[in-house]
Amino acid sequence: MWKWLHPYAKAERSYQLASTLQPWFAISSIVLLVVGAVWGLAFAPAELYQKEYYRIIYIHVPAATLSMSVYMAMATAVLISMVWQLKLADAAAAAMAPIGATLTAIALITGAIWGAPSWGTSWVWDARLTSYLILVFLYLGVIALHNAFEDKALASRAAGILTLVGVVNIPIIKYSVEWWNTLHQTATISKLSAPSMSSEMLWPLLTNILAFALMIGALTLVRFKNEVLARNAMRPWVRELAAKVGDK
Amino acid sequence: MSTPQPLSYRQLFWQVMHRDLKVAVHNKGDILNPLIFLVIVITLFPLGIGPETNLLTRIAPGIIWVAALLSALLSLERLFKNDHSDGSLEQMLLSPQPLFIMVLAKISAHWLLTGLPIILIAPLLALMLHMEPLAYPALMITLALGTPVLSLIGAIGVALTVGLKKGGVLLSLLILPLYIPILIFATAAIEAAALNMPYSGHIAIISALLVLALTLSPFAVSAALRVSTN
Amino acid sequence: MHFDSFSDFIAMGGHAFYVWWAYGITFTLLTTLTIVSVRRKNSLLKEIAKRAQHEDKLKQMRKDKKTNESKT
Repeated sequence: MWKWLHPYAKAERSYQLASTLQPWFAISSIVLLVVGAVWGLAFAPAELYQKEYYRIIYIHVPAATLSMSVYMAMATAVLISMVWQLKLADAAAAAMAPIGATLTAIALITGAIWGAPSWGTSWVWDARLTSYLILVFLYLGVIALHNAFEDKALASRAAGILTLVGVVNIPIIKYSVEWWNTLHQTATISKLSAPSMSSEMLWPLLTNILAFALMIGALTLVRFKNEVLARNAMRPWVRELAAKVGDK
Repeated sequence: MSTPQPLSYRQLFWQVMHRDLKVAVHNKGDILNPLIFLVIVITLFPLGIGPETNLLTRIAPGIIWVAALLSALLSLERLFKNDHSDGSLEQMLLSPQPLFIMVLAKISAHWLLTGLPIILIAPLLALMLHMEPLAYPALMITLALGTPVLSLIGAIGVALTVGLKKGGVLLSLLILPLYIPILIFATAAIEAAALNMPYSGHIAIISALLVLALTLSPFAVSAALRVSTN
Repeated sequence: MHFDSFSDFIAMGGHAFYVWWAYGITFTLLTTLTIVSVRRKNSLLKEIAKRAQHEDKLKQMRKDKKTNESKT
């Protein structure tokens, strides 16, 4: 397996691989996003207790579940780059940070909009809301650190350390916030537990989660390619690509 | 000069700490300014929200802890700044001595200079805010266990930003989110104590955070320093 | 189809504001991110091309200088 993987440690090969994968991810995610949105908005049945505004679930839940996964993926990439000194993993981690930040922001904003009619308030200091707010801050810190250094490789190492520190802190933050919140109990969300959901609602939700995951994949590939280009600007193959664009 | 004897870990720790303390005594403003800042922030709250005793009693733990966080943040930048600009930080990284010990010594010195004064002045601040007398021991214990954690976590952020020109604002963005758990547990402990309820559970968790930070943070700081001085 | 008519669909049972706002913001944020990410590639390549040209020019100048010096 290592023999097979080895060529992809080279920047050019992974750039090409990303280029071939990118259209597949992009097309399938767009198709599924459209299907999921139409299914969720127009065809899924009404919820028993909530009115039509429950349809926000079809974007809120995918964004919320995947924003945490993106952080873990980012941390894994950092770990790979630290353990095996693989520069490309740094590029992947740098590519993922803004995507994760956007997803977390979407989860928070759609949650606030959903909360307005269902809880009667856009924001409560609920455990889950608060920990997602802190997750946004963690993402913003990582992005800020990426931008603070001129040298991309250096920036990645600094941001990588912060990412790993954040991984240690995510469970601590989660439990601290949960515990803090139980002192003054407010609205809790448990309407998402699978058994309480009919399959007619579950399927469009799963479609949307898959669509979001594919979209994250496509965006990661696009951004990963950019990072690879920026980090290999001196290489002849990048120069060739650049020359083609410059001629136009 | 004869060949220098290798220092034992304890000697190394004391020497680095001694040096930092001596430097700090020379520039007294570095110690005093965060403290004055803390007192002023505490003074601003009653002016901003009104002098009702009941209200102040209720929010005193939170105010004191938030102010302590901010003043710790203010003093943190000094931790590696001078060493970085005069090159002694690079000397430290190049020396054969274990970086872990030196980093721990520097953080300890920082805590002695900024955390300890906060603890000493805390009863006075609590008095100003009419804090529940029952909660005084809890306030002191949480500060004694919590301020080292602030120094330890903060050191990671400083080490990451020390090489940057505009590190100050970035520093607060990096470490304030990481300070949230300690703030939550500390204020929860003080509030429990004010209601005459047991708060040993909260204290145990803060101690656990302290042990975790004590063992992990010097490694992260060492790695971050190597990045910053590159 | 859950809704009886298209106008029903738009009205979302009286909660159109919340539903369309949430979907609108999500769509806007995601498209912005996509456009920024896709455009970045071109600007990056242009920057790299510019730098390469600049370096080539410097190399050329250095070469010219050397040949001039050897002539005199």
